[in-house]
Amino acid sequence: MSVEARIWHRTGNFTLDVAFDAPAGGVTALFGPSGAGKTSIVHALAGLTRPDRGRIVIAGTVVLDTDKNIFMPAERRRTGMVFQDARLFPHMSVENNLLFGWRRAPHPVGTDEIARLVRLLGLEPLLRRAPRNLSGGEKARVALGRALLAAPQLLLLDEPLASLDAERRQEILPWLERLRDIARLPMIYVSHAVDEVARLADKVVLLRQGRVVAQGSAFDLLTGLSNPSGVLLGALIDTVVVGPRPDGLTELAFDGGRLAALAWTQAGRSLRVRIAAEDILIARSEPQGISANNVLKAKVTALRFTETLADVELSAGAARLVARITAASAKRLELAPGTEIFAIIKSMAVDRGDA
Amino acid sequence: MNFLTPDEITALLLSLKISSVAVGASLPFAVAAALLLGRRFPGKTLVDGIVHLPLVLPPVAVGFILLMLLGTRAGLGALLLHWFGITLVFRWTGAALTSAIITFPFQVRAIRLALEAQDKGLGEAARTLGAGRLDRLFNITLPLALPGLAAGAITAFAASLGEFGAIITFVSNIPGETRTLPLAIYTALQMPGGEAEAARLSALSILLALLFMIAAQWLMRRAAARDEA
Repeated sequence: MSVEARIWHRTGNFTLDVAFDAPAGGVTALFGPSGAGKTSIVHALAGLTRPDRGRIVIAGTVVLDTDKNIFMPAERRRTGMVFQDARLFPHMSVENNLLFGWRRAPHPVGTDEIARLVRLLGLEPLLRRAPRNLSGGEKARVALGRALLAAPQLLLLDEPLASLDAERRQEILPWLERLRDIARLPMIYVSHAVDEVARLADKVVLLRQGRVVAQGSAFDLLTGLSNPSGVLLGALIDTVVVGPRPDGLTELAFDGGRLAALAWTQAGRSLRVRIAAEDILIARSEPQGISANNVLKAKVTALRFTETLADVELSAGAARLVARITAASAKRLELAPGTEIFAIIKSMAVDRGDA
Repeated sequence: MNFLTPDEITALLLSLKISSVAVGASLPFAVAAALLLGRRFPGKTLVDGIVHLPLVLPPVAVGFILLMLLGTRAGLGALLLHWFGITLVFRWTGAALTSAIITFPFQVRAIRLALEAQDKGLGEAARTLGAGRLDRLFNITLPLALPGLAAGAITAFAASLGEFGAIITFVSNIPGETRTLPLAIYTALQMPGGEAEAARLSALSILLALLFMIAAQWLMRRAAARDEA
């Protein structure tokens, strides 16, 4: 159940020329600035547009092959799509919106499955409502449920959060995370927002001006000093929740050490955390008597100076971190590749995203 | 309704009957024409022109053309009579046909506006959910256009109540068969001392027209409020 795509399409002055694949499970993010061709790709995957040339295989089915004149129209492709503007049918109740694709699915899921998804997305209280009476966040959840109940082979999310304010986005992101963790289908997530991509993506396809600049794991494309997306992220670490500590904090374990964080979640659950580069401090010797709860032994792997600032890349076990400090501090500490240091991180700075 | 004479009531009911049948029978064709004109095809300008012709032609000319086409001794009319035993000329059914033709452009325009105002994205969403062309037409496009359809039908109905020239030319002015409200007003004016009756019937016409126009406006506003979602 994976996706392979090679698309060449020209509209006006814009040429889209991309090739990428998305693994069977997990989230592949199409990441890039507006105008990079993200939406054109998603429309081609869904079958809403027919590329000039290309080949698309979804879960083993060739849905497009221009050489062999194969083109499966959108209505037969079974790609669930969540649009930025939700596109709920205004003349139907939430319930009928949800069941629209289910009623047309060749192998519809059972009613217990419907009930489970409705519960998972918190839609019970909305079922009888009309779309016009929903908030932006509620609409996004209904659109997500509607796409999933059609039992798609592939879920396409075209900037589903872009039209929501920051608060609503924080409301929807945990639903998406939960979905990523339980749904066994490839998800393609279009976004230009680093925080969404960092939080959700397993794989990132970096796009610029209609071309794939790089593709790889979220860690390779978003962390470190020389990542191709140019994003500066302190750390992106997949952890496992060990459990609550006696002092009330939560202990997280990762390949390279342990972190004490604020939010509590179920022990044993995996949790991806982010740390801003500005929130990581560096000490040459192990600090004593400080408030910060996390002191990680690490090694400097690379440095990048600007006039006033220094970005210091560190490795702590398998984790890659970047600390942004002043150029003055970096010089005073005589940091160089290979220097053994201690990275200091406040528990509050360990961001699980929805805190 | 005791301020109307029995003859006037007959005219009123006949008007309502003719207009209802005219609009009801032509609505499916109007929907088809609106859907057709919403697409691109060769000869679209010509079809558009033909659909709108009754709007700009003198109604008397429309009535005269119908008389030539469908009179019992004319080509098409004679065939209808011979094969199906259908006579339209001098009958209320002929009046309904006339009304349908005259008010057809009103319907097509209203329905086209409703179709064009639709968010095309909803059709795309329906496609990704597995809905084919006809499925989308009956479950998305038409239900969403329903208020526009209704508004078009009501406008056409109101316009049909006022049709005079084409009806009197094609099916004449027969009491109880083809004498609709406007024809009754005209007849009253031909008689000495008929001004009071003409005034009553005119007031009634104004009232009906207003009522239907307000209903059409209300439907359109309600639809707009719904689609804001």
